[in-house]
Amino acid sequence: MKGLGELERSIMDILWAQSAALTAREVGRLIADRDLAPTTVMTVLDRLTRKGFLHRTRDGRAWRYAPAASRDAYVAELMLEALDMTGDRSAALTRFAQGVSGPEAEILRRALTELEDE
Amino acid sequence: MTTAAVLAALATACGLGSWCFTTARWTSRAPKTAILLWQALGVSWGLASTGAMLAFAVQPYGEGVLHGLVSFATGRSPREPWDALHVVAMVAGLTALAVLVAVLLTAGVQTLRARHRHRTLLALISHDDPVLPGVRVLDHPSAAAYCVPGLRSQVVVSQGALSLLSKDEMAAVLAHEAAHVRERHDLVLLPFAALRRALPWSKVVRDAQAQVELLIEMAADDRARRYCSPRRLATALLRFGTAGAMPTPHGMLGVGTHNLMARVDRLLKPAPELPVSLRYGAVALSVTLVTSTPFLWIYQL
Repeated sequence: MKGLGELERSIMDILWAQSAALTAREVGRLIADRDLAPTTVMTVLDRLTRKGFLHRTRDGRAWRYAPAASRDAYVAELMLEALDMTGDRSAALTRFAQGVSGPEAEILRRALTELEDE
Repeated sequence: MTTAAVLAALATACGLGSWCFTTARWTSRAPKTAILLWQALGVSWGLASTGAMLAFAVQPYGEGVLHGLVSFATGRSPREPWDALHVVAMVAGLTALAVLVAVLLTAGVQTLRARHRHRTLLALISHDDPVLPGVRVLDHPSAAAYCVPGLRSQVVVSQGALSLLSKDEMAAVLAHEAAHVRERHDLVLLPFAALRRALPWSKVVRDAQAQVELLIEMAADDRARRYCSPRRLATALLRFGTAGAMPTPHGMLGVGTHNLMARVDRLLKPAPELPVSLRYGAVALSVTLVTSTPFLWIYQL
């Protein structure tokens, strides 16, 4: 039995890979772990919906689940924070170094070449 | 009256001191000491400036800031009657204190929330890399390496950083991030970031925050160099700097390069350590600042 976090991850991966919204039963069929109880899948889908990562729509007696945003959008969100480009310099993360651009980068490039030549 | 005057003088001294300290040159030779002094200046400035107003306000009670405030809160009538000036000081002092506390709390809550969101997303979209155990990897071509601080800190690198750096350089970067985690640099940054939000027009606060940001990087570099080659850390820094394909949005160009080069220079050619007397002097000053303001809040001069 996988941990809840691991399960959330695999379910998101399944839904990201699909183009259409899926029901809990369909998700359960696609999941690698065959012994998973259908209620567990429902629980995790519900949790992810409450956290805002999934949208669900009524389809007859079942719910259909689809990701709220693409995987790339979330990666981009994290990277914006990681590169300190959200505009507010909060103390949420500590970063290794920031990139610079244009003529500024040229100064660094030259210093790097010198270091590598030595 | 004396207490209020001394506190006001102390607040002014802290303000002036901070202003001078933003251009101090020795800080890069002893980043940790400098960070300590910045923290001391910040704490005593906050306590002294609010304390000065409140000390004046509770003067009619004649029993010191803290006890006077307690008496005021419990509704006891002062020995001398209130006049307009003392009432104004009371309102101003309490407002300033409330704003400072509220700003710190809000910043703390916002930071925790941002981290929680970041962590949740990381759990969903980052993956492990067999080469770097314990490090989360993000699939993105830009170079990034950072740490999400907290009780269970997470070090994250992007795929771009992995392909940019050599193995030794990556080890140096991870040692640097581990230093941030170990020394809880995020807690150092938090009050300065909060203060900057509270006083966005203040140049001293802005400079102080920038200084502290640079100093914690230097402190982390210093710790990292014990476990890795400083030269590799320096080349990693330069590679990160030049890989910045994304434009900087808030017009901070120039500062970034300057700070990066300062870090590289001190990694390659470490300046002689600060004389012991100077270092102890700075520590003693910090301790005096941090202890004297609470003392003045409690005891009446």
